[in-house]
Amino acid sequence: MKKILVLFSHPKFEKSRANTMLVDRIKDVEGVTFHDLYERYPDFHIDVPAEKELLNQHDIIIWHHPFYWYSCPPLMKQWIDMVLEFGWAYGPNGNALQAKTCLNVITTGGSRDVYCSEGTNSFTVNQFLRPFEQTANLCGMAYLPPFAVMGTHKLSDEELALHVDQYGTLITLLQQDFSLKDFNGYFFLNDIPQLQAQ
Amino acid sequence: MTGSILFQAIIFLAGAIICVSIAKRLGLSSVIGYLLAGVLIGPYVLGFIGEEGDDILHFAEFGVVVMLFLIGLEIEPKNFWNMRKTILGMGGLQVAGTMLLSYFLFLMLGFDWEVCLVISMAVALSSTAIALQTIKEKGLMDTTFGTSSFSILLFQDIIVIFMLGALPLLSNLESIASADSHAETSNLLDSLPIGFQTLAIILSVVIIIFAGRYLIVPMLRKVAKTGVRELLIASAFLIVFGISFLMEYVGLSPALGAFLGGVVLSNSEFKHELESTLEPFKNLLLGLFFMAVGASINFIVIAKSPLTIGGLLLAIIVLKAIVLFITGHIFKLKLDQKLLLTFGLAQIGEFAFVLLSFAFNLNILSQDQMDMMLVITALTMSLTPIISMINERLILPKMGTKESVKRPMDHIAKSQKIILLGFGHFGSTIGRFLRSHGVEATILDQDSNRVDFLRKMGFEVYYGDATRIDLLESAGIAEAKILICAIDNPSVTKEITKLVKEKFPHVELMIRAKNRDDAYDLINLGMENIYRESLDTSLNLAKDVLSKMGFRKYTLTRQVQNFIKYDENSLRRLARESKRDENYIFKARKEIEEQEKLLNEDFKRGVVDYDKHWDSEEIRKALEKTNNK
Repeated sequence: MKKILVLFSHPKFEKSRANTMLVDRIKDVEGVTFHDLYERYPDFHIDVPAEKELLNQHDIIIWHHPFYWYSCPPLMKQWIDMVLEFGWAYGPNGNALQAKTCLNVITTGGSRDVYCSEGTNSFTVNQFLRPFEQTANLCGMAYLPPFAVMGTHKLSDEELALHVDQYGTLITLLQQDFSLKDFNGYFFLNDIPQLQAQ
Repeated sequence: MTGSILFQAIIFLAGAIICVSIAKRLGLSSVIGYLLAGVLIGPYVLGFIGEEGDDILHFAEFGVVVMLFLIGLEIEPKNFWNMRKTILGMGGLQVAGTMLLSYFLFLMLGFDWEVCLVISMAVALSSTAIALQTIKEKGLMDTTFGTSSFSILLFQDIIVIFMLGALPLLSNLESIASADSHAETSNLLDSLPIGFQTLAIILSVVIIIFAGRYLIVPMLRKVAKTGVRELLIASAFLIVFGISFLMEYVGLSPALGAFLGGVVLSNSEFKHELESTLEPFKNLLLGLFFMAVGASINFIVIAKSPLTIGGLLLAIIVLKAIVLFITGHIFKLKLDQKLLLTFGLAQIGEFAFVLLSFAFNLNILSQDQMDMMLVITALTMSLTPIISMINERLILPKMGTKESVKRPMDHIAKSQKIILLGFGHFGSTIGRFLRSHGVEATILDQDSNRVDFLRKMGFEVYYGDATRIDLLESAGIAEAKILICAIDNPSVTKEITKLVKEKFPHVELMIRAKNRDDAYDLINLGMENIYRESLDTSLNLAKDVLSKMGFRKYTLTRQVQNFIKYDENSLRRLARESKRDENYIFKARKEIEEQEKLLNEDFKRGVVDYDKHWDSEEIRKALEKTNNK
């Protein structure tokens, strides 16, 4: 069974209905380490050696965060800046993360139809996530399409519950053996048949 | 002139309150105030107190007993054992040296050899009361000077027993030996042969040690269980009285016994309770003792032969000082510590009163000889605080400068200069953090022990009172960029910062404030960088409380910063108001009203949520509203 590290960053977790439900679903699953960055580092003082050790112990890294201004909250970026060191995560001898898998799990206020060239946000979510994709590439990690819960402000509790269940199923799926080919051609992990079956 | 006991009490208390507060206002030691009060109310100035001054003196000596008990409480048996070399070495050297020199001095002056021996014994003893009270008042007990003084005084307490025992041997009138003498009438040992005397002494010490372990501590536990506070005060006095009685009964010094009792109890859980109970009584009794000494100065004897007495007074002080200086030198004390010791113990002590009057009763001394020596004793005691003050204000400051000039200045000079006042718990944290960044602050501290240690660690440290402008100057305040004031005492802090702001306006002041009240005063003095001890730490604790209750840490961290900002603003606003309220008499009342004001403001403000960004709840509500329209 693969071990999953969920790097969760949300500066206003206590006010987020969607993320509270998502997190509750997966945080106690066996084989999943839920790592709440804003709770662990409220002063942004990241313990780099401890974070590296945590990365060493896991196979799949999930960046779970709300999509703020087309990116992640600042502590998530701080984490990337501090932990993914030259000579460790990338560069000469920087192969600590080789062969690991990485993906974003995001929540967005806007719905999927505003994230396209004709919509108000002009670009797709995948386009906005390019920096994360390339970060994973440079560190030798496989990058999966994102799992996105979109239009959160307008979702009813029932609709949200469906997304939450899908997140749970995704985690179970990732823990078992999967082939990267399974995800070819999908923009969102939400759309893969295993999750749509529900 | 003296009527009821009430009238006497009023005289003593009023004298103490007036004179000590004047002395303190002038920056003098309280001992000087008490002595002066004694002189004033004594038979030769105002005449309120007459012959009974001697009785009061005897009664007030009990203050010395209580003081030694308290000192014993602070010394654990292990440390006491470690001090044995200093006690025997320094004490023995001092007593032997002083006795030898003064014996020959008085022999040259034409006294009989017996008289010379008695006087030399009296001269060798220093005043535990004056020396230790001064040391404690200045907080120097942990310095080498403090422990050296203490060791010497303790040795004297022990040796005085043998002196009193030896006196009858000097007397040629055997019959008078058993006549009257308060110290000896109840003495059990007189009737015993020498061997049994020693045995009795050892036995009584053993009794104290065992009683401390197996009688006193269980008793205190029972007393503590009752929860009646005054019973603890009663027990504290019972312990001290009991030990004193036992000691006097076998002919030992009660002070010595009390000290031993204190050492035995220093490991018990009641240590602090006993200390805080006895402390105020000790101070009052010692005050009474000093007043009695002042009152006992016989000005008629002085008037009869002022030159002889003046000459002898000077000779004795110089003689004692020389012996003390040499003792300090042999035991490798630092120069400043040596000087403190030299001037701190150069007086004749209260044991001399007992010794001299006993010798008079044994017909060894004549009335004139005794009167003369009693006056000299009282005078040396009165002069000690003055001599010490001269030493501290005029001699020591020069020393501090001298010792630090030796150190190369360039490594500090090349960077911006920082001065750090006070290296206690607060200041040392600052100093350590600065040093971890390669910034070496110049440190000023009043604890010479710490100064020694810090110098060894390679810090540039100046020893002394930072309110002295010359010390600040030699520490290089003229070139300093920042002065950090980490001093514990708020009034000293205000004095220094005011002084520096006036004389060295270019120096940026960073100031530790104990609380809101001190911060107000500092703001009203025009200070800007004020760091309240009670702000960040309390908020950190409150933050962790809320975190344990389930609030998010990041939100709390931001809220703490918001609270600090808000509180700093209100601090500055209210400081102006507090200036107008200076006519508050009672500080506590002012503080309560202050709290009320703050709580009211918090209430008006309500629970504040500053962060409006990315609040999903709010956004959802807003969207719902627009959709409904």
